[in-house]
Amino acid sequence: MDLAALKTQLKNFVQSMFEEGVLDNQFSQIQALQDSTNPNFVEEVITLFCNDAERIINEINRNLGYQNVDFSNLDSYVHQLKGSSSSIGANRLKLACANLRQASDERNKEGCLQALQLITCEYCLLRRKFQALLHLERSIVELETNQK
Amino acid sequence: METEDQTLVQDCLTENLDPAPIKDEYAPVIFSQETVSHIVSIDMMSGQQDLENILRARATGKGVLTSPFKLLKSNHLGVVLTFAVYNKDLPPDAIPEQRTEATVGYLGASYDVPSLVEKLLHQLASKQTIVVNVYDTTNASAPISMYGTDITDTGLLHVSSLDFGDPLRKHEMHCRFKQKPPLPWMAINASVGVLVITLLVGHIFHAAICRIAKVENDCREMMELKARAEAADVAKSQFLATVSHEIRTPMNGVLGMLKMLMDTDLDAIQRDYAETAHASGKDLISLINEVLDQAKIESGRLELEDVPFDLRNLLDSILSLSSDKSNDKGIESAVYVSDRVPEVVVGDPGRFRQIITNLVGNSIKFTQDKGHIFVSVHLVDEMKGTSDVGDKVLQQGLNLVQDMSSKTYNTLSGFPVVDRWRSWENFKMLNGKDAKDDPEKIRLLVTVEDTGVGIRLDAQDQIFTPFVQADSSTSRHYGGTGIGLSISKHLVELMHGEIGFASEPGVGSTFSFTGAFGKGEVSSLDSKWKQYDPVVSEFQGLGALIIDNRSIRAEVTKYHLRRLGISVDITSSLESACTYVSSIFTTSAFAHLAMILIDKDVWNQETVLQLRSLLEQHRKNCKLNVSTNLPKIFLLGTSMSPVERSKLKTSGFVDNVLMKPLRLSVLIACFQEALGRTKGKVRGKKMSTLGSLLREKRILVVDDNKVNRRVAEGALKKYGAIVTCVERGHDALNKLKPPHTFDACFMDLQMPEMDGFEATRQIRSAESEVNEKLASGEVSIEMYGNVSHWHIPILAMTADVIQATYEKCLKCGMDDYVSKPFEEEQLYLAVARFFESGL
Repeated sequence: MDLAALKTQLKNFVQSMFEEGVLDNQFSQIQALQDSTNPNFVEEVITLFCNDAERIINEINRNLGYQNVDFSNLDSYVHQLKGSSSSIGANRLKLACANLRQASDERNKEGCLQALQLITCEYCLLRRKFQALLHLERSIVELETNQK
Repeated sequence: METEDQTLVQDCLTENLDPAPIKDEYAPVIFSQETVSHIVSIDMMSGQQDLENILRARATGKGVLTSPFKLLKSNHLGVVLTFAVYNKDLPPDAIPEQRTEATVGYLGASYDVPSLVEKLLHQLASKQTIVVNVYDTTNASAPISMYGTDITDTGLLHVSSLDFGDPLRKHEMHCRFKQKPPLPWMAINASVGVLVITLLVGHIFHAAICRIAKVENDCREMMELKARAEAADVAKSQFLATVSHEIRTPMNGVLGMLKMLMDTDLDAIQRDYAETAHASGKDLISLINEVLDQAKIESGRLELEDVPFDLRNLLDSILSLSSDKSNDKGIESAVYVSDRVPEVVVGDPGRFRQIITNLVGNSIKFTQDKGHIFVSVHLVDEMKGTSDVGDKVLQQGLNLVQDMSSKTYNTLSGFPVVDRWRSWENFKMLNGKDAKDDPEKIRLLVTVEDTGVGIRLDAQDQIFTPFVQADSSTSRHYGGTGIGLSISKHLVELMHGEIGFASEPGVGSTFSFTGAFGKGEVSSLDSKWKQYDPVVSEFQGLGALIIDNRSIRAEVTKYHLRRLGISVDITSSLESACTYVSSIFTTSAFAHLAMILIDKDVWNQETVLQLRSLLEQHRKNCKLNVSTNLPKIFLLGTSMSPVERSKLKTSGFVDNVLMKPLRLSVLIACFQEALGRTKGKVRGKKMSTLGSLLREKRILVVDDNKVNRRVAEGALKKYGAIVTCVERGHDALNKLKPPHTFDACFMDLQMPEMDGFEATRQIRSAESEVNEKLASGEVSIEMYGNVSHWHIPILAMTADVIQATYEKCLKCGMDDYVSKPFEEEQLYLAVARFFESGL
């Protein structure tokens, strides 16, 4: 596939993510930050985010597995995940975090579990899409370096 | 042994008595008491009774008593007691013969019963007549009455026995009242009285106790109710606090999202929708804020700030914010501040703004499609008592004059208004009743005058009552909750002022309020107020000509121009302007004349052409260089479509069109453009400006979240900043301990171990310690990098954009906050504060 087509594909892919609400404007800001001085910015941020998010989701899972759930602990994890999501522009994930926050405030374990389910779902979707995106990007970079 | 012989009193006198017959024995009375002296030498044995008595006495050796018989002299009924006297002591068991043997004499005593009883009775001296009957009751069935009248049974009978000493005989005394005892009225009355009194006293006690019990009951009930009311009040405050957080947070989210939406590519319809939504959201937030203000005021928790601010700039910005709405309606708006009001005053600009915005907002709401809204500020002193008022605007305002020919008034737009002095006629401050006249305070009088529908006379009393509209249909027609004026009133009172109004339905309303402000120094102004100083001086000394048929309007334009240092002349018509211009051709005034401002009302295309050609002609005539600038001609208009505007500009009739209400910044930009001066930066693309602000600045980013750190770092690096990231509050402390080389710090609020607030607090305290040491000379300035005052700008990064957080940020020493993730415009505004002022 040639470079232009790949680039268009990438652009459309990201656009579709915007339209679905998976990503928001913040992500495009991050994309804008990538330039010659910062060539791998997007990839770096995505990787950081995924590692961090997985860690947090596991922690939350563990927390909710206990008989007596420590809701304040839970709350600080959710806050972190929400912060990361909003920094990278992961819109749906951020909203799902808000749900979990709400349930945690209400000390509603059932609600928390449900919200966590949603978060996990959203995160998996996001990760899949990010992986596809990164794959596309790497292909583009490869092509570009090959062309040079 | 000599004995005194008590003898009987016989029936009759001695003379009537016969000498005693010859007998065996005689018992003559030898001695006697004075009272019974008539019985001396009477033989006692001659009477039968006496004889028996003597014999018995002699035989028994005891005292004996006769039965009652009539006594000798007095003829009273009586008894005689006889004792035998023996010549020797006889044993108790002696036989009568022995006794008779031993007798030598007799001792007798007579009891005159009547006299006895009477003497006794005499001693009694009773109030009631007592009847006494004395009986000899030896024979119980046949008592012998010795004394007393016939018996009348009157009830009570007292029997007492009399003992004369003779055991053989019994005597009784019966005492009874002569009359039946009357009812004991005294006793009855007394007892009844006592009973009644006791009952009454008992009743009083009972009533008192009942009342005490009832009052105690009531008290307890009241305590309960009070506790419930207090609980309700607390609940209300908690509810309000919750509401403020819970509603404002998502609302801010909505607004933020809309803002972001408006930043994206939208077509016209979409943009319109978004903007409408955004405006509604802003309205909602301001409504919530109003309600919360009301609650705060009610609970007395509202406090005013004390900062220096520039009145004129504030009023400009208020009016320009509402200019859209007023221009759309075709209403002219203007603001005028008297010369005597100082440049800087100390007070609460936010609340002052709130009051004026509320009044102006009301005016706009209730003014339909004609007329004006005029805000004027004067010193209270200008109004007080002096007959000659220096200020022209005030003069005109106090004297409403109608021009008969054109049926217009001498107001801003020509439409009639209510007499403004009626709105402050009740103010204590102005009537001189205000006792404390603090010379340190500046007292301002602000008037907002409109030509709206006015307030109905019967609604005028309730106008400052919260939640009450002038009319039940008002909120339907005009919108609003009716709290604005109540809040404004409270705020005015907090500023030690008074608020009042005068209104006539169909004419308009004029609201006035006073307030006390402190004196301020120009140098103490916050940087955001001092935007125009360096530019102002470039227009100094220039001259301008205003052509306007309404003098108040001309004065307002003059006021704005004078702020820029331009000297102004006013004429009221184009023709007179031509005359004036011609007259000053040869004077230096013409050389200074840099601009001519013509109001749309007097605009006449031909006459303007005439004026233009006049000026050109003069230039030719004076053989001046063509490049000498002619005065620029500006058109002042209120509501003009952009099409009209550009048409006028391109036609060459005018150099530019100025929209009212006039704003200093707009004037400056216009004049700069027209007069060919291009000093001053043009704020083009924000990004390049942000870049210029942040280039080479060393910034510290503090956030516990890896992703956030990376993104923030990337964003800041894009603008050319040199970024350092740390993870914890403690690390930030270490990095920011003076001396350090950082220019600014972005601090996340929620971090484990040490959160943003705590970290900032500690950084500030470390800084103030160092500053103190530097100020006192304890340490040398070289040790601290030649910086005498350490205060690093710390900006909070937060996703929670609530008022409470903002206040908390400020309290622990932060300078500002930005939202997370970074929003370019907000970031620029925040950072510009610190880096523009030459940190």
